[in-house]
Amino acid sequence: MDLKDIIKPENLVYKRTKVLTDNVMHYCPGCSHGTVHKLIAEVIEEMDIQDKTIGISPVGCAVFAYNYMHIDWQQAAHGRAPALATATKRLYPDKYIFTYQGDGDLASIGTAEIMHACNRGENIVVIFINNAIYGMTGGQMAPTTLLGMVTSTTPYGRQADINGYPLKITELIAQLEGTCYVTRQSVQNAAAARKTKKAIRKAFENSKQMKGTSFVEVVSSCSSGWKLTPTQANEWMEENMFPFYPLGDLKDI
Amino acid sequence: MAEKVLKKGNEVIALGAIHCGCDGYFGYPITPQSEVMETLMEEKPWETTGMVVLQAESEIASVNMVYGGACCGKKVMTSSSSPGLSLMCEGLSYLAGSELPCVLVNVVRGGPGLGTIQPSQGDYFQAVKGGGHGDYKIIVLAPFSAQEMYDFVGTGFDLAFQYRMPVMILTDGMIGQMMEKVELRPQQPRLSDNEIAKRYGSWATTGKTPDRKGNTVTSLALDPKVHETLNHRLQAKYREIEEKEVRFETLYCKDAEYLLVAYGSMARICESTVESARAQGLKVGLLRPITLFPFPVKEIQRLMPQLKGILSVELSTGQMVEDIRLSVEGKIPVDFYGRLGGVIPTPEEVLEVCMSHYIK
Amino acid sequence: MKEEIIIAGFGGQGVLSMGKILAYSGIMQDQEVTWMPSYGPEMRGGTANVTVILSDKRISSPIVNAYDTAIILNQQSLDKFEPMVKKGGMLIYDPNGITRHPVRKDINIYSIEAVEEAAKLGNAKAYNMIVLGAFLQLKPIVIMENVVKGLKESIPERHHHLIPMNELAIEVGKQAVKEKHKV
Repeated sequence: MDLKDIIKPENLVYKRTKVLTDNVMHYCPGCSHGTVHKLIAEVIEEMDIQDKTIGISPVGCAVFAYNYMHIDWQQAAHGRAPALATATKRLYPDKYIFTYQGDGDLASIGTAEIMHACNRGENIVVIFINNAIYGMTGGQMAPTTLLGMVTSTTPYGRQADINGYPLKITELIAQLEGTCYVTRQSVQNAAAARKTKKAIRKAFENSKQMKGTSFVEVVSSCSSGWKLTPTQANEWMEENMFPFYPLGDLKDI
Repeated sequence: MAEKVLKKGNEVIALGAIHCGCDGYFGYPITPQSEVMETLMEEKPWETTGMVVLQAESEIASVNMVYGGACCGKKVMTSSSSPGLSLMCEGLSYLAGSELPCVLVNVVRGGPGLGTIQPSQGDYFQAVKGGGHGDYKIIVLAPFSAQEMYDFVGTGFDLAFQYRMPVMILTDGMIGQMMEKVELRPQQPRLSDNEIAKRYGSWATTGKTPDRKGNTVTSLALDPKVHETLNHRLQAKYREIEEKEVRFETLYCKDAEYLLVAYGSMARICESTVESARAQGLKVGLLRPITLFPFPVKEIQRLMPQLKGILSVELSTGQMVEDIRLSVEGKIPVDFYGRLGGVIPTPEEVLEVCMSHYIK
Repeated sequence: MKEEIIIAGFGGQGVLSMGKILAYSGIMQDQEVTWMPSYGPEMRGGTANVTVILSDKRISSPIVNAYDTAIILNQQSLDKFEPMVKKGGMLIYDPNGITRHPVRKDINIYSIEAVEEAAKLGNAKAYNMIVLGAFLQLKPIVIMENVVKGLKESIPERHHHLIPMNELAIEVGKQAVKEKHKV
């Protein structure tokens, strides 16, 4: 049996979605961004909404998300993606608008914008990548950094009396009347990724039905920022992040 | 016959937006411009033209909503007053860097800081020199009547889309709160989504159709070459605007020996000053810049040989006067007169200052 | 024709709306108009005033050095604006509550007892229209037909049934104005 006998349509077990571009991703090995990008792209293809989807990329590692998906993109100022999404959805109510934001972007500088967009119940999808660190600027403390966690601006570990507490923003978001679906997922293995994809799909479906804001947090790893190998990072995440940021739906109306 | 109404400058900003087919307004309350959003909410244009009107959570959010709307190829705008504009300056820089069309209205109040709610022209530098970070310019229109407040919204959008850049209407509480006769224009329809995709589909986020690549609107350019090229392109655009879009009005300038330069509310005061000066046989003229960027440099240079001097009259400590001085390159004296705290000088007061320089 | 008018009194006397109706009437006969509320901290202190200019030509400054007519409805405003009436100009005031009456000899002075007349009409809200009537009697720069149109434009539609009452008040004002001093 040679290659020609193996590479046949009936033997196909996996095909990359056409919504993803051929560009090589700039993310570090072990980073969760690439996986989440792929899941979003697959949902867009499956729902056949490529021509109706507008993504809004943040400031942070995912600023270049626009290089990796064949859709229209807006690149927002730091933290302001929900404001762009608000206007875009209201001006194009029949389109699918999603923001893609990290923890610094969403839970620190952009707190006002995310709170108010969710509270207004904008019919948008928010993908929130929480890796408890500022990746792009080189591993500084994020609002979601755990107590005791070492970062470049908390070299002796985060201390509550100096730095305050890690912010459970997703729990806050779930309190807001405007949100219809708030969930916390992860992508460290295939099973987790499948669940996350389901959540993303549900979020986009909600947007179609104008049910309000859907908010999908993905607890993620940052092996470079955490100074661990990809495998160690995933283990560390499961041991330390998940107890503080428990996975599952917080709200599903 | 066109309908004529008696309205405040701020109110007709709102009407001008609706009538020119604006797609969206995003604002945040601040004195002395709140009538803009209040009038829009009262008019309910979403029921007639389909225009979106939204009260944002902050000026930062409103300018970024404008950014999002502008990415879509839609006619979107905001309005605010000085402290609010300071908050918007980051967004303004992004809008300029991403080459996005939009209209911003600044009903200026006195600063620095919380300052005063009274009229001021203290934001001239912020408007014409950039305000936000980086090498950029925006077109700045300075209306001097309620009619121009109304007209300049449409003019602003025309220029914004022609050059793909933000246009600011720079005004103050005097023009904003004053009621005057305004001739309304017929309702212009909003562009349909298809029309927008056809016109602006080469750059706007109208949805990636199979016939084109995905569009990305961004101001990020990490590649040195790309960044340099972008900036050179922006500068070339600004030079073209300086060539083609200078707007001004001159009064009694033909034989003028002394020139007043004033814009917006101060131009109204100075118009009376010049009339009184002429009644006394004094050869005083008035140049009213209508665009502050681009500034009427060439007109000042053209008038220069006949002039003994120029007086810049502003509600500030002297900002536009610097652009006049740059225009005359030290060849003739340029004086300045300004009042602060919302004290608007009377025409007589300006005449006294004018004569003290002119006769000397 | 160019008429520069200051209307000044307490807030609540209908100063701003009187100015608005007058300005709207001007528009109805295709004049240029400007309505400019008080500005500047020195003009604060419980009083409301508005400058109204009607003209056949483009109006330059909405801030003027001196007025053709001052319509004065309280003591502070009289003290402030009496000196700002042009020589040969006109001052109309309501003597109610006035302890220091106008003294200038180079301007024409009239009084309108509008508080009293409004009480007679049984409608305190007619006050400002009585004052407007007094002004129009002396300077009919806008014709009555256009004043009615101006009223319609500046009063919300739900209050349009009050227009006849306003017309009546204007008539009362026209009859009740008294000459105090003539140049």
